[in-house]
Amino acid sequence: MKIVVCIKQVPSRDSVLRVNTAGTWIQDSDLTYEINEPDAYALEEGLQLKEKHGGEVVALCAGPAGAAQTIREALAKGADRALHIEEANLAAYDPLSLARLIAAALATEKPDLVLTGLQSDDLGYGQTGVILAQLLGLPHATIIMQVEKQDGGIRVKRELEDGWFQHVEMPVPALLTIQSGINKLRYATLMGIKKAKTKEVKRLTAAELGVAPAAAIRFERVYLPEKSKHTQILEGLPKEAAVKLVEKLKFEARVL
Amino acid sequence: MSILAILEQRAGAWHRMSWETLAAAQQLGADLGQPVRAAVAGDEVSTPAAELSAKQLERVYAVEHALLANYTPDGYTAALEQLIAAAQPQVVLFPHTYQVRDFAPKLATALGRVLVSDVVAHRVDGGAPVLVRQLFQGKMNVDVRFAGGPPFFASVQAGAYRADKVVAGSATVERFVPELTAAAIRTKPLELFRESQRAVDLTAAEIIVSVGRGIKEAENIPIVQKLADVLGAELAASRPICDNGWLPMERQVGSSGQTVSPKLYLAVGISGAIQHLVGMKGSKTIVAINKDAEAPIFEVADYGIVGDLFQVVPALVEEIQKAKG
Repeated sequence: MKIVVCIKQVPSRDSVLRVNTAGTWIQDSDLTYEINEPDAYALEEGLQLKEKHGGEVVALCAGPAGAAQTIREALAKGADRALHIEEANLAAYDPLSLARLIAAALATEKPDLVLTGLQSDDLGYGQTGVILAQLLGLPHATIIMQVEKQDGGIRVKRELEDGWFQHVEMPVPALLTIQSGINKLRYATLMGIKKAKTKEVKRLTAAELGVAPAAAIRFERVYLPEKSKHTQILEGLPKEAAVKLVEKLKFEARVL
Repeated sequence: MSILAILEQRAGAWHRMSWETLAAAQQLGADLGQPVRAAVAGDEVSTPAAELSAKQLERVYAVEHALLANYTPDGYTAALEQLIAAAQPQVVLFPHTYQVRDFAPKLATALGRVLVSDVVAHRVDGGAPVLVRQLFQGKMNVDVRFAGGPPFFASVQAGAYRADKVVAGSATVERFVPELTAAAIRTKPLELFRESQRAVDLTAAEIIVSVGRGIKEAENIPIVQKLADVLGAELAASRPICDNGWLPMERQVGSSGQTVSPKLYLAVGISGAIQHLVGMKGSKTIVAINKDAEAPIFEVADYGIVGDLFQVVPALVEEIQKAKG
C-alpha cells in the first residue's frame, strides 16, 4: 500500500499567543513549532499500515522553510521520503487553494491511501482532507478510529457523536481524516533519527505546481475572545487560593 | 436571495444542533433582510418537514430519495448540490455536526466555494455577513468575511445559538427529489454501534473532577483521584487523557464523550478546547485550575485559580477535608 500522510506544523501547544500589530494574525516570530497532533496520529496509522501490509509512507507538508524540522521528525519516525511544498506565506491560501496545492503535488504520486489529521490545532477548519478528496476524485471518510484492509478496499471505523461509531467500507484509492487516539504514538529511535538524514525530501514551490493563492474568505480581525462569564479569579499562594475556593463553594455556590 | 438552513435528522430524530442552526438562520435572515428556508434530507422526511412547517420560514424543502436513507458523503453532496442550484440561496447554514464535517467541505468545493466552519457568532456590516470563528482551540477569535460571490457556506458551532429562540410561524413544504444513482455512491455505510454498555454514567454525578493535559503523566492521576475522593465526585477527563489510555474512554467529557451538567465541575489542567467545553458548559458551578491565565476554560468558569495544579490540588484536598471535618 502506498500511503501519503499530510502533516502540518503548528505553534507548540503551550505557546503564549499575542495578536500581531496589524490584527490579522498572531505574532509568530518568536514561537516554537511542532507537528499538528491529529497529523501525528495520521502518520502513526500510516506507519502501522505499512508495517502490516508493506508499501511506502510518504510525508507531505506545506509550510515555510522551518517546517523542515517537522518533516525530519516524520522521517525519523519511519516515513520513507517526504514532499515539502515550501511556501512562506500560507496565510494567503484559503482551505480550497491550499488543497489545490496539495492535490497538484500528489498528481504524480498516485497513492492508494491519503491520510490527514481531522483538523489543525491552529486554524481548526477541519476541511483540508475532505476538500482534497473532492479535488482528487477520491471517496473519503472522516474522524476515523480504525482502518482495516479488506478485499477490494478498506473498512474503517468512523466516530460519531455521543459515543456512537459506524463502520464504512470503500474502495481504494481513498482519503481518510484520522482522529487523535486511534493508535499509540511512537517515539523516533536513535537509528531512525540517523537514517532520516539520508532520506529524500523533495522540495516543491507553488509556482512549480502552477497553483496561485486565493482567498474566498478573508480574515478581517484577529482578537482575544471576550469572556462570556464573569470569572472570579482567586489569588494568592496555593493554600490561600484553596481556602478562598472552599469558602466560595460552601457559602456562595453552596455546592459543598 | 435567501438564507438556506440545511438541518440534520436520522431516522426521524432531529440532531439537537439543528434547532440552534435554525435560530442562527432566522437571526441572520432578519439582520440581512432576507427570507429563510430550511431543508431536511432522507428517504422519507414528511414528519420532520411537517415540524419545520410550523416555524417562521419562507419554505421547507423535503429532500427525499431512497439513496438518502443512510448518510453517505457522495449521496448528500449530489442531492444538496442540486437543491442549491434550484434554491439559489445567498447563505447556506449547517449545524457543525460530525456528519456536516464529513460532507459540507466537499459540497462547497463542488461549487467552487469555501465553507466557514464552526461559527460562533455573526453580525452584518455594510449589508454583508461577518462571521466569528475561533482559532487555536478557542484561544483567539477571528472575524471572517466572504470575498467571492454567493452562495456563502458556513457551519454553526454547538451551543453558539439558542434553540429556544427559534421563531414559530408557518411555511409550505416543497418535496425535492434529486437525481441520484447508486453507482455514484462509493462508500458503503454499515450499522451504527456503541462500543459497550457504559459502565460509568457521568451524567448522574453531582460533582465531577475532570483532568486534562496539565497532569503531564499517568503516574500523576492519583493526585486528582484524591480530590475526587474527598469530594465524593466522579473522576472524568478531557480527550487527550483518554487517548493516552491514562483513564478509560468512558470517562471522557466532550463532543465525542459524555455531556454532563453536574452541580459542581472542577476542571484541573484542562485548557478548554471547544470539544471539551460543549460537554460541560451547562454545569451549575464551574471551577478551573490552570497555570495559563489565558486558557479558554476561564471563559466559562465561575471560579478560577491560576497556578500549578501540583501545588493547588493537594492544598485544596487539605482544605476540603478540614471543611468537611
